[in-house]
Amino acid sequence: MLFVLLPVQAADVPLEFDKPEQGQRYQDLIEELRCLVCQNQNLADSHADLAQDLREEVYEMVLAGKNNEEIVDFLVARYGDFVLYRPPVKLSTWLLWFAPFVLLLAGIFLVYRFARARAQVPQQQQLSAAEQSQLAKLLKEEDKS
Amino acid sequence: MRVKYLVPMIIFVMLTGLFLSGLHKGDPTVVPSPLIGKPVPAFALPQLNDGNATLTEQDLKGEVVLLNVWGSYCIPCRQEHPLFLELAKQKVVDIYGLNYADVRLDAMNWLKQLGDPYVKSAFDEDRRVSIDFGVYGVPETYVIDKDGIIRYKKVGAISEELLAETILPMIEDLKKQQ
Repeated sequence: MLFVLLPVQAADVPLEFDKPEQGQRYQDLIEELRCLVCQNQNLADSHADLAQDLREEVYEMVLAGKNNEEIVDFLVARYGDFVLYRPPVKLSTWLLWFAPFVLLLAGIFLVYRFARARAQVPQQQQLSAAEQSQLAKLLKEEDKS
Repeated sequence: MRVKYLVPMIIFVMLTGLFLSGLHKGDPTVVPSPLIGKPVPAFALPQLNDGNATLTEQDLKGEVVLLNVWGSYCIPCRQEHPLFLELAKQKVVDIYGLNYADVRLDAMNWLKQLGDPYVKSAFDEDRRVSIDFGVYGVPETYVIDKDGIIRYKKVGAISEELLAETILPMIEDLKKQQ
Protein backbone atom coordinates (compact mmCIF):
# COMPACT_ATOMS: atom_id res chain seq x y z
CA MET A 1 0.00 0.00 0.00
CA LEU A 2 1.13 3.50 -0.71
CA PHE A 3 0.89 6.30 1.72
CA VAL A 4 1.24 9.84 0.59
CA LEU A 5 2.93 11.93 3.25
CA LEU A 6 1.52 15.40 3.32
CA PRO A 7 3.20 18.20 5.25
CA VAL A 8 1.51 18.42 8.61
CA GLN A 9 -0.46 21.59 9.02
CA ALA A 10 0.04 22.76 12.59
CA ALA A 11 -3.05 24.94 12.55
CA ASP A 12 -5.98 22.58 12.37
CA VAL A 13 -8.57 25.08 11.28
CA PRO A 14 -7.92 27.11 8.16
CA LEU A 15 -7.72 30.73 9.17
CA GLU A 16 -9.64 33.45 7.46
CA PHE A 17 -8.21 36.83 6.70
CA ASP A 18 -9.70 40.02 5.36
CA LYS A 19 -6.88 40.46 2.87
CA PRO A 20 -4.46 37.95 1.35
CA GLU A 21 -1.61 40.22 2.48
CA GLN A 22 -2.58 39.50 6.09
CA GLY A 23 -2.43 35.75 5.57
CA GLN A 24 1.07 36.07 4.14
CA ARG A 25 2.17 38.28 7.01
CA TYR A 26 0.73 35.84 9.54
CA GLN A 27 2.57 32.96 7.90
CA ASP A 28 5.85 34.88 7.77
CA LEU A 29 5.54 35.88 11.43
CA ILE A 30 4.83 32.44 12.82
CA GLU A 31 7.74 31.08 10.82
CA GLU A 32 10.09 33.70 12.26
CA LEU A 33 8.95 33.30 15.85
CA ARG A 34 10.24 30.58 18.07
CA CYS A 35 8.20 28.29 20.27
CA LEU A 36 9.32 28.40 23.90
CA VAL A 37 8.24 24.89 24.73
CA CYS A 38 9.83 22.96 21.87
CA GLN A 39 12.67 25.34 21.43
CA ASN A 40 13.93 24.09 18.12
CA GLN A 41 10.65 24.70 16.38
CA ASN A 42 8.97 27.85 15.23
CA LEU A 43 5.40 28.73 16.07
CA ALA A 44 4.24 27.44 12.70
CA ASP A 45 5.68 23.95 13.25
CA SER A 46 5.03 23.41 16.90
CA HIS A 47 2.09 21.46 18.26
CA ALA A 48 2.61 22.67 21.81
CA ASP A 49 -0.43 24.26 23.44
CA LEU A 50 1.52 27.42 24.03
CA ALA A 51 2.42 27.64 20.35
CA GLN A 52 -1.28 27.31 19.52
CA ASP A 53 -2.08 30.14 21.94
CA LEU A 54 0.66 32.34 20.55
CA ARG A 55 -0.42 31.67 16.96
CA GLU A 56 -3.86 32.82 17.98
CA GLU A 57 -2.44 35.98 19.54
CA VAL A 58 -0.49 36.69 16.36
CA TYR A 59 -3.56 35.96 14.24
CA GLU A 60 -5.73 38.36 16.22
CA MET A 61 -3.09 41.08 16.13
CA VAL A 62 -2.72 40.71 12.36
CA LEU A 63 -6.51 40.98 11.99
CA ALA A 64 -6.54 44.01 14.28
CA GLY A 65 -4.25 45.72 11.79
CA LYS A 66 -1.08 45.74 13.89
CA ASN A 67 2.15 45.89 11.93
CA ASN A 68 4.89 43.27 12.19
CA GLU A 69 7.00 45.38 14.50
CA GLU A 70 4.17 45.81 17.00
CA ILE A 71 3.44 42.10 16.99
CA VAL A 72 7.07 41.12 17.47
CA ASP A 73 7.44 43.72 20.25
CA PHE A 74 4.41 42.25 22.00
CA LEU A 75 6.04 38.84 22.14
CA VAL A 76 9.53 40.11 22.97
CA ALA A 77 8.12 42.11 25.90
CA ARG A 78 6.76 38.86 27.35
CA TYR A 79 9.26 36.22 26.35
CA GLY A 80 12.43 38.15 25.53
CA ASP A 81 14.67 38.00 22.48
CA PHE A 82 14.46 34.25 22.79
CA VAL A 83 11.29 34.19 20.68
CA LEU A 84 13.19 35.62 17.73
CA TYR A 85 14.96 33.30 15.37
CA ARG A 86 16.71 36.41 14.08
CA PRO A 87 18.21 38.03 17.16
CA PRO A 88 18.59 41.84 17.15
CA VAL A 89 22.02 43.37 16.66
CA LYS A 90 23.15 44.68 20.05
CA LEU A 91 26.23 44.59 22.21
CA SER A 92 25.60 41.10 23.58
CA THR A 93 24.99 39.67 20.11
CA TRP A 94 27.87 41.30 18.25
CA LEU A 95 29.94 38.16 18.44
CA LEU A 96 27.05 36.13 17.05
CA TRP A 97 26.47 38.50 14.16
CA PHE A 98 29.97 39.52 13.20
CA ALA A 99 32.25 36.64 14.21
CA PRO A 100 31.50 34.72 10.97
CA PHE A 101 32.64 37.68 8.86
CA VAL A 102 35.74 38.15 10.99
CA LEU A 103 36.54 34.46 10.61
CA LEU A 104 35.92 34.65 6.87
CA LEU A 105 38.32 37.59 6.54
CA ALA A 106 40.89 35.79 8.67
CA GLY A 107 40.51 32.74 6.43
CA ILE A 108 40.96 34.76 3.25
CA PHE A 109 44.06 36.37 4.74
CA LEU A 110 45.55 33.00 5.68
CA VAL A 111 44.85 31.50 2.25
CA TYR A 112 46.40 34.56 0.61
CA ARG A 113 49.54 34.27 2.71
CA PHE A 114 49.79 30.54 2.13
CA ALA A 115 49.36 30.93 -1.63
CA ARG A 116 51.98 33.64 -1.79
CA ALA A 117 54.46 31.60 0.20
CA ARG A 118 54.00 28.70 -2.22
CA ALA A 119 54.33 30.88 -5.27
CA GLN A 120 57.72 32.03 -4.05
CA VAL A 121 59.09 28.54 -3.55
CA PRO A 122 60.01 27.65 -7.19
CA GLN A 123 61.80 30.95 -7.72
CA GLN A 124 64.05 30.31 -4.76
CA GLN A 125 64.80 26.83 -5.97
CA GLN A 126 65.91 27.73 -9.46
CA LEU A 127 69.26 26.22 -10.17
CA SER A 128 72.32 28.34 -10.65
CA ALA A 129 74.30 28.08 -13.91
CA ALA A 130 76.84 25.80 -12.25
CA GLU A 131 74.13 23.53 -10.93
CA GLN A 132 72.49 23.43 -14.34
CA SER A 133 75.63 22.20 -16.03
CA GLN A 134 76.17 19.64 -13.29
CA LEU A 135 72.62 18.41 -13.81
CA ALA A 136 73.16 18.12 -17.55
CA LYS A 137 76.35 16.14 -16.93
CA LEU A 138 74.60 13.75 -14.54
CA LEU A 139 71.78 13.17 -16.98
CA LYS A 140 74.23 12.42 -19.75
CA GLU A 141 76.00 9.82 -17.59
CA GLU A 142 72.65 8.28 -16.88
CA ASP A 143 71.95 7.92 -20.62
CA LYS A 144 75.27 6.25 -21.28
CA SER A 145 74.92 3.55 -18.65
CA MET B 1 60.54 26.97 20.11
CA ARG B 2 58.65 29.29 17.82
CA VAL B 3 55.49 30.89 19.13
CA LYS B 4 53.73 29.87 15.91
CA TYR B 5 53.58 26.25 17.02
CA LEU B 6 51.73 27.25 20.18
CA VAL B 7 48.77 28.67 18.26
CA PRO B 8 46.79 25.40 17.87
CA MET B 9 47.38 24.71 21.54
CA ILE B 10 46.07 28.14 22.53
CA ILE B 11 43.01 27.75 20.30
CA PHE B 12 42.35 24.31 21.79
CA VAL B 13 42.53 25.63 25.36
CA MET B 14 40.24 28.55 24.53
CA LEU B 15 37.65 26.31 22.87
CA THR B 16 37.75 23.88 25.78
CA GLY B 17 37.12 26.78 28.15
CA LEU B 18 34.20 27.96 26.03
CA PHE B 19 32.60 24.53 25.91
CA LEU B 20 33.12 23.93 29.62
CA SER B 21 31.47 27.23 30.52
CA GLY B 22 28.59 26.29 28.19
CA LEU B 23 28.16 22.96 29.93
CA HIS B 24 27.90 24.54 33.35
CA LYS B 25 25.65 27.38 32.38
CA GLY B 26 22.58 25.54 33.62
CA ASP B 27 19.43 24.37 31.95
CA PRO B 28 19.30 25.67 28.36
CA THR B 29 15.50 25.30 28.27
CA VAL B 30 15.09 28.04 30.89
CA VAL B 31 14.41 31.30 29.13
CA PRO B 32 15.38 34.45 31.04
CA SER B 33 12.30 36.59 31.59
CA PRO B 34 12.27 40.17 30.33
CA LEU B 35 9.70 40.95 33.03
CA ILE B 36 12.21 40.93 35.89
CA GLY B 37 12.36 44.47 37.27
CA LYS B 38 9.09 45.36 35.56
CA PRO B 39 5.68 45.87 37.16
CA VAL B 40 3.21 43.02 37.23
CA PRO B 41 1.10 43.23 34.06
CA ALA B 42 -2.38 44.60 34.64
CA PHE B 43 -5.02 41.90 34.79
CA ALA B 44 -8.47 41.08 36.12
CA LEU B 45 -9.35 37.42 36.42
CA PRO B 46 -12.13 35.52 38.15
CA GLN B 47 -11.07 33.81 41.32
CA LEU B 48 -10.85 30.06 41.32
CA ASN B 49 -13.03 29.44 44.34
CA ASP B 50 -15.52 32.15 43.51
CA GLY B 51 -16.12 32.97 39.87
CA ASN B 52 -17.92 36.19 40.76
CA ALA B 53 -14.97 37.66 42.63
CA THR B 54 -12.01 38.99 40.70
CA LEU B 55 -8.32 39.13 41.39
CA THR B 56 -6.31 42.00 39.93
CA GLU B 57 -2.71 43.15 39.97
CA GLN B 58 -3.71 45.64 42.68
CA ASP B 59 -4.29 42.74 45.10
CA LEU B 60 -0.64 41.77 44.77
CA LYS B 61 0.64 45.20 45.80
CA GLY B 62 1.51 46.39 49.30
CA GLU B 63 3.33 43.32 50.54
CA VAL B 64 6.05 41.06 49.23
CA VAL B 65 4.18 38.13 47.69
CA LEU B 66 4.78 34.94 45.78
CA LEU B 67 2.76 34.21 42.68
CA ASN B 68 2.66 30.54 41.75
CA VAL B 69 1.41 29.43 38.34
CA TRP B 70 -0.04 25.94 38.59
CA GLY B 71 -2.47 23.44 37.15
CA SER B 72 -4.14 20.31 38.47
CA TYR B 73 -2.73 18.29 35.53
CA CYS B 74 0.82 19.30 36.36
CA ILE B 75 2.99 16.72 38.08
CA PRO B 76 5.87 18.99 39.21
CA CYS B 77 3.22 21.21 40.84
CA ARG B 78 2.41 18.34 43.16
CA GLN B 79 6.05 18.01 43.99
CA GLU B 80 6.51 21.63 45.06
CA HIS B 81 3.08 21.95 46.69
CA PRO B 82 4.10 20.85 50.22
CA LEU B 83 6.70 23.65 50.28
CA PHE B 84 4.01 26.25 49.65
CA LEU B 85 1.75 24.66 52.28
CA GLU B 86 4.58 24.94 54.78
CA LEU B 87 5.25 28.59 53.88
CA ALA B 88 1.57 29.39 54.28
CA LYS B 89 1.38 27.59 57.60
CA GLN B 90 4.33 29.51 58.96
CA LYS B 91 2.91 32.74 57.51
CA VAL B 92 6.27 33.59 55.95
CA VAL B 93 4.81 35.22 52.87
CA ASP B 94 1.45 35.57 51.14
CA ILE B 95 1.17 33.20 48.20
CA TYR B 96 -1.19 33.86 45.34
CA GLY B 97 -2.09 31.25 42.77
CA LEU B 98 -2.49 31.64 39.05
CA ASN B 99 -4.29 28.59 37.80
CA TYR B 100 -3.29 27.98 34.19
CA ALA B 101 -5.25 26.23 31.42
CA ASP B 102 -7.28 24.15 33.84
CA VAL B 103 -10.82 22.95 34.43
CA ARG B 104 -12.33 24.78 37.38
CA LEU B 105 -13.66 21.72 39.18
CA ASP B 106 -10.42 19.79 38.70
CA ALA B 107 -8.46 22.68 40.12
CA MET B 108 -10.78 23.10 43.10
CA ASN B 109 -10.65 19.39 43.87
CA TRP B 110 -6.89 19.43 43.64
CA LEU B 111 -6.73 22.11 46.33
CA LYS B 112 -9.28 20.27 48.45
CA GLN B 113 -7.23 17.10 48.32
CA LEU B 114 -3.75 18.51 48.71
CA GLY B 115 -4.45 21.64 50.74
CA ASP B 116 -4.76 25.27 49.69
CA PRO B 117 -1.73 27.45 50.48
CA TYR B 118 -2.98 30.37 48.39
CA VAL B 119 -4.48 33.55 49.80
CA LYS B 120 -6.37 33.70 46.54
CA SER B 121 -6.12 31.92 43.21
CA ALA B 122 -6.90 33.49 39.86
CA PHE B 123 -8.48 31.25 37.26
CA ASP B 124 -6.91 31.82 33.85
CA GLU B 125 -8.92 29.55 31.65
CA ASP B 126 -8.09 31.14 28.29
CA ARG B 127 -4.43 31.67 29.28
CA ARG B 128 -4.36 35.26 28.08
CA VAL B 129 -3.12 36.76 31.35
CA SER B 130 -0.51 34.04 31.66
CA ILE B 131 0.83 35.05 28.25
CA ASP B 132 1.15 38.61 29.59
CA PHE B 133 3.26 37.15 32.40
CA GLY B 134 5.40 35.30 29.86
CA VAL B 135 4.36 31.92 31.25
CA TYR B 136 5.51 29.09 29.03
CA GLY B 137 5.16 26.10 31.29
CA VAL B 138 3.84 25.21 34.70
CA PRO B 139 4.85 25.51 37.40
CA GLU B 140 6.36 28.96 37.51
CA THR B 141 6.92 31.05 40.60
CA TYR B 142 7.37 34.82 40.81
CA VAL B 143 8.64 36.95 43.67
CA ILE B 144 6.85 40.30 43.64
CA ASP B 145 7.89 43.22 45.84
CA LYS B 146 5.72 45.71 47.73
CA ASP B 147 5.45 48.01 44.73
CA GLY B 148 4.27 45.21 42.51
CA ILE B 149 7.60 44.84 40.69
CA ILE B 150 8.56 41.32 39.59
CA ARG B 151 11.92 40.56 41.20
CA TYR B 152 12.48 36.92 40.40
CA LYS B 153 11.05 34.12 38.35
CA LYS B 154 11.58 30.41 38.65
CA VAL B 155 10.50 28.17 35.80
CA GLY B 156 9.83 24.64 37.04
CA ALA B 157 9.19 23.29 40.50
CA ILE B 158 10.88 25.06 43.38
CA SER B 159 13.03 22.92 45.63
CA GLU B 160 13.76 23.14 49.34
CA GLU B 161 17.25 24.21 48.41
CA LEU B 162 16.16 27.00 46.09
CA LEU B 163 13.68 28.19 48.67
CA ALA B 164 16.24 28.31 51.49
CA GLU B 165 19.13 29.68 49.50
CA THR B 166 17.50 32.07 47.06
CA ILE B 167 13.81 32.78 47.54
CA LEU B 168 13.55 33.21 51.31
CA PRO B 169 16.62 35.48 51.63
CA MET B 170 15.25 37.55 48.76
CA ILE B 171 11.87 37.86 50.47
CA GLU B 172 13.57 38.97 53.71
CA ASP B 173 15.58 41.58 51.80
CA LEU B 174 12.55 42.90 49.98
CA LYS B 175 10.52 43.09 53.18
CA LYS B 176 13.15 45.39 54.69
CA GLN B 177 13.05 47.75 51.73
CA GLN B 178 10.62 50.58 51.98
